[in-house]
Amino acid sequence: MKLVVAIIRPERLNAVLESLYRAEVRGLTVSKVQGHGGEVEQVENYRGTTVKMDLQAKVRLEIGVSESFVTPTVNAIVDAARTGDVGDGKIFVLPVERVVRIRTGEEDQLAVTPEAPAP
Amino acid sequence: MPTPPNPVDTLFVLVSTALVLLMTPALALFYGGLARAKNILNTAMMSLAAFAVVGILWAVLGYSIAFAPGTALVGGFSLAALRNIGLETRDGTTIPHLLYFAYQGTFAVITAALISGAIVERMRFRAYLLFIGLWSLIVYAPVAHWVWGGGWLGRLGVLDFAGGTVVHITAGTAALVAASMVGPRRDYGRQAFLPHNVPMMLTGAALLWFGWVGFNGGSALAVNGVAVQATVNTILAPMAALATWLTIDLARSGRATAVGAGTAIVVGLVAITPACGFVSPRAALAIGAIAAIPCYFAILKRASTRLDDSLDVLGAHGTGGITGALLTGVFASAAWGGTDGLMHGNAALVGKQLLGVVATVAWTGLATWGILAAIRAVMPLRVGARDEALGLDVCEHGEEGYTDGEGAILVLQSADATPTAPLRRSA
Repeated sequence: MKLVVAIIRPERLNAVLESLYRAEVRGLTVSKVQGHGGEVEQVENYRGTTVKMDLQAKVRLEIGVSESFVTPTVNAIVDAARTGDVGDGKIFVLPVERVVRIRTGEEDQLAVTPEAPAP
Repeated sequence: MPTPPNPVDTLFVLVSTALVLLMTPALALFYGGLARAKNILNTAMMSLAAFAVVGILWAVLGYSIAFAPGTALVGGFSLAALRNIGLETRDGTTIPHLLYFAYQGTFAVITAALISGAIVERMRFRAYLLFIGLWSLIVYAPVAHWVWGGGWLGRLGVLDFAGGTVVHITAGTAALVAASMVGPRRDYGRQAFLPHNVPMMLTGAALLWFGWVGFNGGSALAVNGVAVQATVNTILAPMAALATWLTIDLARSGRATAVGAGTAIVVGLVAITPACGFVSPRAALAIGAIAAIPCYFAILKRASTRLDDSLDVLGAHGTGGITGALLTGVFASAAWGGTDGLMHGNAALVGKQLLGVVATVAWTGLATWGILAAIRAVMPLRVGARDEALGLDVCEHGEEGYTDGEGAILVLQSADATPTAPLRRSA
């Protein structure tokens, strides 16, 4: 099992969700985060005060997947999130020690995408 | 020596002008609440900017086109650039000419702002400014002349007390044309667009109702029975529309929605606007209750089409305005200050009202198309795909509606520094 953590542009979120759905990845967590990846600053003005938005709004996806789903998941995210400009984000694939589905108590392979294959 | 203005009537119209003035910022809240958070400022600015563009053009030229003596189709230039508008009593009223000018100006501003609901979240701000400026001179001012300024519809006996035809049918028709020419938002039909702040929208609806008392009641231009009648009708009709809307909501889904309630109030106000000084209070209840039905289903149906009239200007103002104009022909009564309509044995009035609707829709549709086609020939009407996805607040205005300021670094500019380059613009 792996945990796929992806940091993407908020405006690409819908495209990424659609892409993941097509790749049959089910079950994910989305959070709004702020970060900085060397992109061009966004400049804003408020009553004569000019500010540089150093931290950009980003979206973080966390998806627990079985080994065979790691590559399809990563590809789906890259395809949908890439614009080619600096600031498209990053994907981290992390090893996972243990997964528990709270509702049923199922563990590990049974508890991540895809769900357990029919016996 | 002409009669000096009546001080009581003058005070009344002064207050009414302030009330109608409030309606444009109220519309900014109403529309702003319905938009998405990333477009709140752009949506609000589209309403507020009408003061800067339409308000000034009204003083320069619009008022003269609408209200100066002229032909049956347009007024002359005798009142252009505020010439010949002073504190003397305006003909046909008991209030100073300058006040009449300002009162009418507030109508011109909100009418243009109403259209913005059809094209929010994707239209370029510059193109929008150009559009409403031209529109107010080419569409609004002439139609105001037709109905109120001594033009052909008024002479024909078409009834429009406070602007059902001049304001709402023009805005609704322009919304339809603008939404189709600018095109739908890029993710329209694939993604649900939810209102980002329903309490803001309801605040806007409440303030619109409050301001509408000056819009309709003030259109009597004097403290008299008609002003009372128009004001009371402006209170009764939205109540009836609200009751109908909630009933349909409850019958269809078992849930009375707040966004529906805010919409219903506006629909009731729109529908009673042409009628309020010509119909009985009982008829006002009927007009509000009836008008809610076509508007409810027009809005419901619109969502399943490719027409991205984003905030349903056509459904609320177009449908409501047309229904109200026709129902004025049905319910108008000589005993209540109008001419007798269908209910009082004069079916011909409905025909006249229908003619008014058709003429206004035809001219507004054609002229709005022409204006947008001309603007499109010199500049894009829409922002780029990237800006649309990011939101127009940051891209068009360089601000965010809601920010906690985290990660914001103060840029200190030396006295001779050139302004910091704005956010890169996508192609």
